[in-house]
Amino acid sequence: MAHAKLTFADVSLTVNVPSGTRIIEISEKVGAGITYGCREGECGTCLTRIEDGAENLSEPSVLEQRVLKENLAGRNDRLACQCQVLSGEIRVRPA
Amino acid sequence: MPPLTTSDRQALGNPRSTASPLPVSVTDRVQWIGALDPQLRNFDIILRTANGTSYNAYAVRGSNGVAVIDTVKQEFTEAFLARLEAAAGYDEITTLVLNHLEPDHTGAVPELLERAPHVEICVSPRGVQVLRALLKDRFDEYSVRVVRTGDTISLGDRTLRFLTTPYVHWPDTQCTYLEEQDLLFTCDLFGCHFCDERLFNDQVGDFRFSFEYYFEHIMRPFKRYVIEALDLIEPLDIAMIAPSHGPILRSHPREYITHYRRLVKKRLASEVGEQKSLLIFYVSAYGATAQMAYAVYAGAAENAGVRVSLFDLQVGEVTPFVDLIEEADGLAFGTPTINGDAVKTVWDLLAGLVDIDTKGKLGAAFGSYGWTGEAVAMVEARMQGLKMRVPEKGLKIKLHPTEEELECCRDFGRRLAAQLTGTAEPREIDFADLT
Repeated sequence: MAHAKLTFADVSLTVNVPSGTRIIEISEKVGAGITYGCREGECGTCLTRIEDGAENLSEPSVLEQRVLKENLAGRNDRLACQCQVLSGEIRVRPA
Repeated sequence: MPPLTTSDRQALGNPRSTASPLPVSVTDRVQWIGALDPQLRNFDIILRTANGTSYNAYAVRGSNGVAVIDTVKQEFTEAFLARLEAAAGYDEITTLVLNHLEPDHTGAVPELLERAPHVEICVSPRGVQVLRALLKDRFDEYSVRVVRTGDTISLGDRTLRFLTTPYVHWPDTQCTYLEEQDLLFTCDLFGCHFCDERLFNDQVGDFRFSFEYYFEHIMRPFKRYVIEALDLIEPLDIAMIAPSHGPILRSHPREYITHYRRLVKKRLASEVGEQKSLLIFYVSAYGATAQMAYAVYAGAAENAGVRVSLFDLQVGEVTPFVDLIEEADGLAFGTPTINGDAVKTVWDLLAGLVDIDTKGKLGAAFGSYGWTGEAVAMVEARMQGLKMRVPEKGLKIKLHPTEEELECCRDFGRRLAAQLTGTAEPREIDFADLT
């Protein structure tokens, strides 16, 4: 199975994860400061800054695009409860 | 005194105590069309309201239309609509501005839209999702305009300009500025729960306590956003501030802005300087958790970049600790496990943190236990709920620590200090290692 390296900058930790893993599946377990509200892509609480490797994440769905826009998200922001890690190296921190 | 009925409360919602509620002139073009709720004694569960509150809404008249700014709590819809009808015909209303979509300001929106479905609803970008939830499957029937800082709406000879001011105190909050009259509609910002039919700050009773109490519980957790809002507001010419609760600030409005600036500033002049501040709180039944706390303290204090403070929580007061925590970079809680739980003094302090911004602070937990030791994980979960980062797995020691275990505590403190100073060794683990 393909893997990717997901680094949580605020806790200095990299996790080797299977391709297709959502950030939400990891971040709470490692104590990263990314926080969650609805966990279903609606509230925007889990806004996450992608510091590196944005091209290695899944494309945002129509729902995620809408919520990002309504939450005035920056170009490098994604919802941790929605986006999947696909390959390569990705570095994130709470937005 | 028997409990008040809804109709009693609606009648009390009339500041003139007449059968038909009337609007109150704020300026020659602005009328107050809100409602008073003098019997309310508790707001949103968390706030005590010793003399009730008001739900302020306004009608702004221009040569080409009328704008309604916010509405009222649902049970006061009748009084609101009566005042609105006395101020304007429904066909004259062109714009409904919702500065904040909490139910106490949007309770009358559905009834208003039934009567004036043609209005353009102006909300902030984040307001759209709440409006969608409010209107449900009727959302698409209405005209909704998303407004941002600098956007304007013309009412002919009157202009409304919007300021996006999120998180004061919901994500959706915004302010609306009536340009020609230098009047700022701020919704909850600069508001307070104080009910007085005289409405204006130069006429009502002494509301200073209510003003600061409201800030402490509603705005304080969002200080960083209040500062951003003040940065937008301060350059404006301000003749009057019209909030959605409490007195309309027409006398010395600038003083209230200045006071907010004071309230968002740090309370204590910190001597920590460039160092990172780590506060360690502990409770100990037999001295074991205290031993751990001293060792964690000693380990962290080895790092010159960190200023560490140690407190026995059992004999401390919650409120001053909350003040300290507000400005700290990191917190560590030492708690034994008693009856399968962390001890009450720890929970009391953690509960008090709801009034401040803890996002991004470092959190850690440790403690001695006899049988199970769940307290550490419980406190960690609470800190994560407070939006803190908890990078170091909590430390649990069965009964009293040995010298070897005390060294583990010192090392725990060293790692916390490294996390605080950004010098932690990068670690790499596998997905399968996560439990």
